[in-house]
Amino acid sequence: MYGEFKLEMPQQLDEALALIAEDPAEVLSGGTNLMIELRARKLRPEQVVSLDALSELRGIEVDGNRITLGARTTISDILRCDDMAEFGPSLLDAANLFAGQMVRNMGTVGGNIACSSPAADLVPPLMSLDAEITLVSSKGTRKVALCDYYLSYKKDVRAPSEMITSVSWKKLAKNSSNSFYKLARRIGDAITVTGVAVTLTMDGDRCTTARIALGAVAPTVFRATNAEKILEGQILTDDLITTAAQQAKAQSSPISDVRASAEYRLHTVGKLTHRLLTQARDKLV
Amino acid sequence: MKNSKEIILKINGRNEKITVPSHRTLLEALRETGHVEVKCGCEKGDCGACAVLVDNVAIDSCLTLAWTSEGKEITTISGLGTPDEPHPLQAAFRDLGAAQCGFCTPGMIIAAQGVINDNPAPTDDEIRMGLSGNLCRCTGYAKILDAVGHAASEMRKNGEPS
Repeated sequence: MYGEFKLEMPQQLDEALALIAEDPAEVLSGGTNLMIELRARKLRPEQVVSLDALSELRGIEVDGNRITLGARTTISDILRCDDMAEFGPSLLDAANLFAGQMVRNMGTVGGNIACSSPAADLVPPLMSLDAEITLVSSKGTRKVALCDYYLSYKKDVRAPSEMITSVSWKKLAKNSSNSFYKLARRIGDAITVTGVAVTLTMDGDRCTTARIALGAVAPTVFRATNAEKILEGQILTDDLITTAAQQAKAQSSPISDVRASAEYRLHTVGKLTHRLLTQARDKLV
Repeated sequence: MKNSKEIILKINGRNEKITVPSHRTLLEALRETGHVEVKCGCEKGDCGACAVLVDNVAIDSCLTLAWTSEGKEITTISGLGTPDEPHPLQAAFRDLGAAQCGFCTPGMIIAAQGVINDNPAPTDDEIRMGLSGNLCRCTGYAKILDAVGHAASEMRKNGEPS
């Protein structure tokens, strides 16, 4: 069914990095995205490098104030982590609505980020948590803020010789609320129409930090920074939240496809941003 | 074919040798070795008909390469029970009318076992979530959910290892 390719199954990260440094390759993690692209012949690589044996890349670590997920951590691993409701409530929201059981057991955090889809459901939550990703090549390591990772539709800053090895973020500040809403045509196993992740941190009734990350309403997942600026440093009145939601809408540039029209997506970005901001404020104030 | 090699897959406790190219999926390899109880549906991870347990975790065999499955324990529906000695899930599907045409049943039961491996006492919502990657074109979902709940409680009563 598939086009032929050379399959490498390195046992060590160094070996994997050497392979992708030498020749162009597709990196195979959970396979829930790449296998479909291969089958549809959207990708025709000469070489596929499977990370299946690299268990060192899988796991959730907490070091002081920082949470790190190895790139091969699966969606099911996120759901099984008892502390995820505290570490990343929005990420847990997304994992709970992610595909079906088998795909959750196979699909990985690194793969979801690396596929660079605007509808990748873990990305808005991670962006709303100010996550940073670690890119490693045989030449060295660099860290990139997730909000700077995507360039345009399915384009990102990762070089062919680089691999995502982990994603990490700082624990939420006190008096913060973080959530994700996935709008889709049904609850289970559906591609997102509009995804909104919000983080608010309050000092009394004043907002100190606002993060609004939007999925499936532009060529990439992105932060509605104009809307965030309207909120930061302010007392969050209903009017201010309405203005911020309008800004989020203004920064979106959705397309029409089989799932929804551009018009509907714009409408729901405004409504959902308004709803999530209001819920977060009401929880904290 | 270039890029072919002999691999050994441990299927339902038995080692089976098969020569396959690197791009062969686990689903294709299983069916080629006669394990046609594993069904081929959408081949893109939407329908769950091809679900098997790999090291006790339910996965879609259509999204898995055969080569990367070497050295792992693969369990198909036939590895869970037989007509004479059905697994509690198989018995519950039979007794509660949870199979209509039967095409989705192998994947449904494997996914259900995956849920129970993780959580021996799943709630109705947890069963729903666990089966959300399995499609039944006869749309007999209500009886499937009943059968899984019933089997899980039978397994708890009998203290069966999950």
